[in-house]
Amino acid sequence: MIAVLLLHGVVAGVAAASGRRLGRFVFLLTAIAPAATFVWALSRAREILAGNPVWVSWPWVESLGLEISLLVDPFSLMFVLLVSGIGVLIMLYATWYFGDTPGLGGFSAILVLFAGSMLGLVTADNLLLLFVFWELTAITSYLLIGFEDKRAEARSAALKALLVTGFGGLVMLTGIIILGAEAGSYSMSEILSSPPSSTVTGVALVLVLVGAFTKSAQVPFHFWLPGAMAAPTPVSAYLHSATMVKAGIYLIARFSPAFAPLFAYWQPLVIGVGLATMLVGGYQALRQHDAKLILAYGTVSQLGLMTAVVGAGLPKLAFAGAALILAHALYKATLFMVIGVVDHQAHSRDIRLLSGLGRAMPLTFWVAVLAMASYVGLPPLFGFIAKEAALEGMRLAPIGVDSVAFFAVVLGSVLTTAYGARFLWGVFGTKPPSPAHLGGQIERPHPMLLAPAVLLVLLTVSFGLVPRWIDSLIGAAGASLAMPDTSFHLALWHGFVPSLAWSAIAVGFGLVLFWQRESVERLQSVTDAIPGSERAYALGLTALDRGARWMTGRLQVGSLPTYSGVILATVAVVGGAMLVRAWPQDMTVGFADSPLQIAVALFIVVAAIATAVQKRRIAAVLLLGAVGYGVAVLFVMYGAPDLALTQVLFETLALVLFILVVRHLPDRFREPRQPFGRTSRLVVSIGLGTFVGVFALVASNARTVESIGFEMAARALPEAGGRNVVNVILTDFRALDTMGEITVLVVAAIGIAALVGQGRRDHG
Amino acid sequence: MTFVLITTVALLYGVGAYLIMARNLLHIVIGLGLIAHGANLLLLLAGGAPGSPPLVGAEAARIADPLPQAMALTAIVITFGITAFLLAMAYRSWILHGDDVVEDDIDDRRIARQAPSKDDS
Repeated sequence: MIAVLLLHGVVAGVAAASGRRLGRFVFLLTAIAPAATFVWALSRAREILAGNPVWVSWPWVESLGLEISLLVDPFSLMFVLLVSGIGVLIMLYATWYFGDTPGLGGFSAILVLFAGSMLGLVTADNLLLLFVFWELTAITSYLLIGFEDKRAEARSAALKALLVTGFGGLVMLTGIIILGAEAGSYSMSEILSSPPSSTVTGVALVLVLVGAFTKSAQVPFHFWLPGAMAAPTPVSAYLHSATMVKAGIYLIARFSPAFAPLFAYWQPLVIGVGLATMLVGGYQALRQHDAKLILAYGTVSQLGLMTAVVGAGLPKLAFAGAALILAHALYKATLFMVIGVVDHQAHSRDIRLLSGLGRAMPLTFWVAVLAMASYVGLPPLFGFIAKEAALEGMRLAPIGVDSVAFFAVVLGSVLTTAYGARFLWGVFGTKPPSPAHLGGQIERPHPMLLAPAVLLVLLTVSFGLVPRWIDSLIGAAGASLAMPDTSFHLALWHGFVPSLAWSAIAVGFGLVLFWQRESVERLQSVTDAIPGSERAYALGLTALDRGARWMTGRLQVGSLPTYSGVILATVAVVGGAMLVRAWPQDMTVGFADSPLQIAVALFIVVAAIATAVQKRRIAAVLLLGAVGYGVAVLFVMYGAPDLALTQVLFETLALVLFILVVRHLPDRFREPRQPFGRTSRLVVSIGLGTFVGVFALVASNARTVESIGFEMAARALPEAGGRNVVNVILTDFRALDTMGEITVLVVAAIGIAALVGQGRRDHG
Repeated sequence: MTFVLITTVALLYGVGAYLIMARNLLHIVIGLGLIAHGANLLLLLAGGAPGSPPLVGAEAARIADPLPQAMALTAIVITFGITAFLLAMAYRSWILHGDDVVEDDIDDRRIARQAPSKDDS
């Protein structure tokens, strides 16, 4: 299994390297990876369906509970077959879809990387690993949508998809971590076999659901999916209808049987969001003029239905969900390929411009009719079986809001029929003659361009006529989700069950809606003014942009005094807060050690204040020197003659340097006005001074253990052979410090040489 | 640790901070020097009570802690290095502009001015 995954990476590398030489035929190369996966999955299918899932585990970051553990049970197997099977067809399709477009090498490499990531996603057992693959699909999706990077529309659509699903992914990661902590394991199979039921788990699951909703384009995050139609059609067919957008459904389907019984909010939330998405998507699909957007909103609608069906967590609906997922992938990929073919031949997807295509390309037309019939749920196609199973399951489900949910699904079917008919009529129908129409000169597509769609539609038909062929896979997939001991079989004919009648009613009403399409459109234009979540997204982005600029303007003011002020104030405030927390029990502090100390301290204080108020540079410098000498006296009195000596030496040296520089500078200070004015400076400096004073008080009373310095003093003579302890510390015990100090001096010296050695800049 | 010394350290820091927030490079250097003096004193104070110089053999009284002294000594030398470097910068600034005032970053000011405007999106 891991080898199969790695193969995708290898093929991607080869494709990226050889893309230029192979041109569009690079897709035949990349098809190797999904083809190998498909063959591998088929070879293991019997074993997996018999109840022996493929299980691989490889430790990765054990401290994080992250391991590469892959588990292929029947439900995963169905996805693996979908991802790889449709993957092969998409690659074949892409070979004849693209002309001699530049950049196909990179494009095909990303496409095959996506296939690999998607495989990882549906087989990962470790939730953290699942998240890694989840985000990989989001990134590859971003790159694929933005393939035509010269178009601003494609770029913004790609970004929108990435931001929305990336946001959801991060929320989901938070949920996964909480869930993992609550369950004590990140293994999905372990969590689901003994699900935690704490309140915290309930919150974590909502977060996970947000991730699933964004990925599967559920309300209110659905708007990114129609935008993603800016991608080349093979990408739309593969990622945005058949595979990636089902990742959220996959996760919900896995979690629902375990968690729906534990949390009361689960069913209302998931089913509610799903049904709302179904209706919103269907409603929007009914008013699009771009045929690809009809399909996109149709996908949103169907994803909503699937979410609602698998979200109930009931065995019968789990089977129906598995059937729906497979059926949808088959007919939706077909329809996307068809619209790609139309676009390729007629160079338009606008149903107001297309006319008479049914006669111009009959084979394409009939493929579309069959796929759409499956979509709408007409017998004897596979879509009919799946939809009947879903309707019957919904009708019988012991859900609190059962009748509402059931009628919502029926209403969704009405809409599906209406926009399905609109799609067929719009793309292929012959309309009253109009100068805007294309047509007449449209050639039939290359057989290989249509072949993948034909193959898919043949599957739709044969699974519908002989459900036995797919029964074992769907049955086992549903069973691996819900209860292993329940059995379920697909059948074309269930007898005259009520759902059949409701299906017929839905189709009838749908056709009425289509027939009355002009009044429906007029009615729909009323809702234009209602702001949607896409508007919220745009406003959010603008606000973020503006906020960032405001923040930058406030923080990065470009004024050195302001920066220093902020830093010093932060030291005082944060440090002060820490001091309050570390306040010692009892503190002892004398007034002064000796009268002389008072005198010297007074001298220092007066000199220091004088430096600040002094207007003449030379005087300020001399006063600084005075402070330095005063401090040296304090050092002597504190029992530190070495320190005093060094202080006097370097103070003198510094004074010489100061004089050398100040000699050139103007006599008096010039202090231009600045936003960080005198008052702010005073406040910050008083705050900092107070903080340091309190810190000195607390720090000197905080000692709990005798200083290591006395141990050093005791060892100075026997171990280092020196009597002056300070010198021994500098040259022996802490010689590395001294080394660092010398390095600082060297660096400073080099800098000074560079600054002073440069000549005057030529202003001419 | 005495009240007098604590006040001295606090004042050195306060005045130093005030000068660091100035526009003159020379004021900034002087401010840094004052803070450095304060820091060296603080190191010594935080180390413990004063005593006799830490020399082996001078058993007369309790010796002062030698470790803070060693640290402060290193700090003095490094302060000198930084002072010298900043002075060289002030000198360079004088060569280039005839002054040592640190002006605002013009680009940053422009961004700050743009910030409140509402006409962009």
